[in-house]
Amino acid sequence: MMRRYIFRRLLISIPVFFGITIFSFLIMNMAPGNPVDMLINPNIPKEMLEIRKEMLGLNDPLYVQYVKWLSGLLKGELGYSYSSFASVSQMIGERIGPTLLLASTSLVLGVLLAIPIGVISAIKQNATLDYVLTGLAFLGTSIPPFFLGLGFIYIVGIQLGWLPTGGMTTLGGTGGIGDILVHLILPALVLGIAIAGKKVRYVRASMLEVLQQDYLRTARAKGISELVVLHKHALRNALIPIITIVGTEIPLLLGGSIIIEQIFQWPGIGQLTMEALLSRDYPTLMGLNIVAACIVLSTNLVMDILYAIVDPRMKYS
Amino acid sequence: MTLQAEIISRQTKNELLRVEHLKTYYPLQKGLFSRPTGHIKAVDDVSLTLYKGETLGLVGESGCGKSTMGRSIIRLEQPNSGRILFEGEDITHMTVKKLNVVRTQLQMIFQDPFASLNPRIRICDALAEPLVVHKRVRRSEAAREVEALLQMVGLPRSTGERYPHELSGGQRQRIGIARAIALRPKLIICDEPLSALDVSIQAQMMNLLQDLQEELQFTYLFITHGMGAVKQMSTRIAVMYLGKIVELAPTQQLFRQPKHPYTQLLLRAVPSPDPTLRSANEYIHAGDMPSSGEPPQGCRFHTRCPYAQANCGVVEPALTEGEHAVSCHYPLA
Amino acid sequence: MGKLLEVERLQIAFRTDQGDVISVDEVSFDIKAGETVAIVGESGCGKSVTSLSLIGLLGKRGYVRQGESRFNGFSLTKASSAELRKLRGNEISMIFQDSMTSLNPVIPIGEQLEEPIRLHLHLSRQQAKAVALDMLRKVGIPRPEVISKEYPQTLSGGMRQRVMIAIALVCKPKLLIADEPTTALDVTIQAQIVQLMKQLQASDGTSILLVTHDLGVVAEMADKVVVMYAGQVVETADVFTLFRAPQHPYTQGLMRSIPHLNRDSSKRMDAIAGTVPSLQHMPTGCRYHPRCPHAVGRCREQRPALQNVGNEHLVRCWLPSESVPPTVKDSLAGHISGGAV
Repeated sequence: MMRRYIFRRLLISIPVFFGITIFSFLIMNMAPGNPVDMLINPNIPKEMLEIRKEMLGLNDPLYVQYVKWLSGLLKGELGYSYSSFASVSQMIGERIGPTLLLASTSLVLGVLLAIPIGVISAIKQNATLDYVLTGLAFLGTSIPPFFLGLGFIYIVGIQLGWLPTGGMTTLGGTGGIGDILVHLILPALVLGIAIAGKKVRYVRASMLEVLQQDYLRTARAKGISELVVLHKHALRNALIPIITIVGTEIPLLLGGSIIIEQIFQWPGIGQLTMEALLSRDYPTLMGLNIVAACIVLSTNLVMDILYAIVDPRMKYS
Repeated sequence: MTLQAEIISRQTKNELLRVEHLKTYYPLQKGLFSRPTGHIKAVDDVSLTLYKGETLGLVGESGCGKSTMGRSIIRLEQPNSGRILFEGEDITHMTVKKLNVVRTQLQMIFQDPFASLNPRIRICDALAEPLVVHKRVRRSEAAREVEALLQMVGLPRSTGERYPHELSGGQRQRIGIARAIALRPKLIICDEPLSALDVSIQAQMMNLLQDLQEELQFTYLFITHGMGAVKQMSTRIAVMYLGKIVELAPTQQLFRQPKHPYTQLLLRAVPSPDPTLRSANEYIHAGDMPSSGEPPQGCRFHTRCPYAQANCGVVEPALTEGEHAVSCHYPLA
Repeated sequence: MGKLLEVERLQIAFRTDQGDVISVDEVSFDIKAGETVAIVGESGCGKSVTSLSLIGLLGKRGYVRQGESRFNGFSLTKASSAELRKLRGNEISMIFQDSMTSLNPVIPIGEQLEEPIRLHLHLSRQQAKAVALDMLRKVGIPRPEVISKEYPQTLSGGMRQRVMIAIALVCKPKLLIADEPTTALDVTIQAQIVQLMKQLQASDGTSILLVTHDLGVVAEMADKVVVMYAGQVVETADVFTLFRAPQHPYTQGLMRSIPHLNRDSSKRMDAIAGTVPSLQHMPTGCRYHPRCPHAVGRCREQRPALQNVGNEHLVRCWLPSESVPPTVKDSLAGHISGGAV
């Protein structure tokens, strides 16, 4: 049953994937301007520009360009950058690691912050502690991450000098795990706080709903201690809907990291995206788009499967 | 005219609703790409007739299809096959527009009237709406008619100024009744109208429904799981089990001499409110009701029947003709 | 026989933003070992609140304001929450009305049943499992090895209620509180569950506090009946006396408003007029007087106390039994003794 469900979910992902490729290809082609026009320099003769366009395949009909790009994509070839002429897949490959590290660390951090805060404020509903915690969470969502990032850099990095303010490793340093972790703390904390701020409300609401349920009364009637009632009977039920909500966070996280990577000079795809955007480097942008889409697709798949595992009420449909 | 033809003609004259071979199935869907794997046969080939002025009780346990039956008659569910004739007119496939006209004659009272009342609309406005929409009274007269309605269901005039949440369960059900009778329909389908109410309020509601029937000549289809309530309310009773009618008889006959073993089980299971008649240790070996997705072969009751014979699991019995109809190979004497 | 549970002039209140609301007032009754006592009443009469207060499950807002309940002489009202926890599920256990919402949907049934076993009987996981399977068999669950791995929502209502009973009775409690145990069930399943409870009670000698609105189930199971109205006990008697000669006008009205199978259905129902008063607007004097057909001036002004009218038959009414019109008694006796179908 479960295996069939996973298989079906995988099958559904295929047309979605192709849809994404067509969509991102069209969007990019509809955007005004191309890199050759940008290089317009009165000194370069028109013929040269035409030759350059021909070389880059920009004169082919749209569907030919798409098929060429797609067949490359399926071989893992994302084409070559218009601006640096480097292989897009290679560029992304070099930078995807740091981004995934940052994104996953902040996600874990955000969830680890949100669950206890949300649970405690639900248990202490309408008490002072509840107001303090939900107030903090509101603060976490309302401060834009870049602002929080700059604040952290100024206070923790520059004034206190506790943590490095940018990069992934110390220049000229050994680049060991410890060094990376130290550099990771600030950007991950900024993104993590933004995530936690949003999630606290969901955790609290979900927990409040579960706290009303009759089965907790049954559990208490068995003589189970309040801690076990909350932990074993309430939390398990309350966290199931949170899984889906965490899943929806991933695309936002990838988008949000673009700015944070800039601020902290984190060598991930965020910086690459920024550069590609500024130079209208379509192959790179499309490659980035596809990679992001794949990440979102696969994490959604993982979330759905996880959901099916933890929730026995799920009927695999 | 022969005697028989005369009886038939007299009966058709008094006939208000006729349901023929009605089937309402719900698909059992599994998976995104897979076709429906089966059906919940909520109503499975049911025929019955309602005569003017009578109350037909439809009784059975949860999942027997009695509510789906009621909802199919008023086309809140679209039946898969069969025919519904209301005053001789086939309404089974009637368009929504035409159906809305018929529905002024065909109303329903629900178990939870709160769910069908808009919380932001005052009671008087909720009651006036159908009156004006169906042009039973002019707008200027609506207020007086609403007052009359409230009085008919035993509520003070001031109730009209209130909102649904300000009313008790019993008061809400009275509003549900007022709304159902507002257009003076011919047939009212009462779907478990007592279940959500307290015992003392249930008796009030039964009296109210009976008084209204006497005064305004309604015909009721009274759907319930309560054996006592169905006995009090009905002229005839149909007992349903897993989507089928297993017995249909005039009330007194059904209670005095049930012919279907399921009817007998239902009657025996109702605890008597007399401690001296306490069943010493007579365990009712009746098991659970099977799923209506996969009803048993042959007679649907044979898996729980104490009198089942070999052929009961093979051949499905048909409902007999006549006043006391039963669908059993070995009806109880 | 000693008294297992004594409830004395219990008053229960709930804290609200507008101050305390008294939900249950002057409730007294007791239960002897092996006895079944039923609390009967309509919704909002305080019967569930009374039963939940015994094991300290009133929630954050509810509390016992006055009076006391004692279990084997031990004060439940004064007990610490840790002491109550040791009793719950062990010496006193409870089953609830809706087995669908009262069982945890994400924990297999077997595990939910093993919880009290391991907690109170201090058994290992392995031993607890064996006891659990045994108990499931005892309450009539077929194939317990398979069913114990299932989740509640895959079972029928009757099977789930059997599981609830198994959870409640597995530690052999001295007192079982059954709050509307059959209300959510079909009548044929209800009959099975009532029989099961009676069987298990006979074999283990458990006392039962049955909370219900269904007089049929009361007649079937109870030894003694406590009738509650608007937060108060209005009548207490042994089951035979109560059904033969109810004294309080409310009890009489309640009995007559039930459509018994052996009632003459050509007659109109005898309904109680009016509705149950809300907690905020309790009538002065006798709380039943606005609905009472026999109310006199005194009923509106003075609160009646529970009086013994003989043989531990207590009634909260100003009218002595003789003044209740004989026609009421006769008509009642008439259809009660008519015999079941």
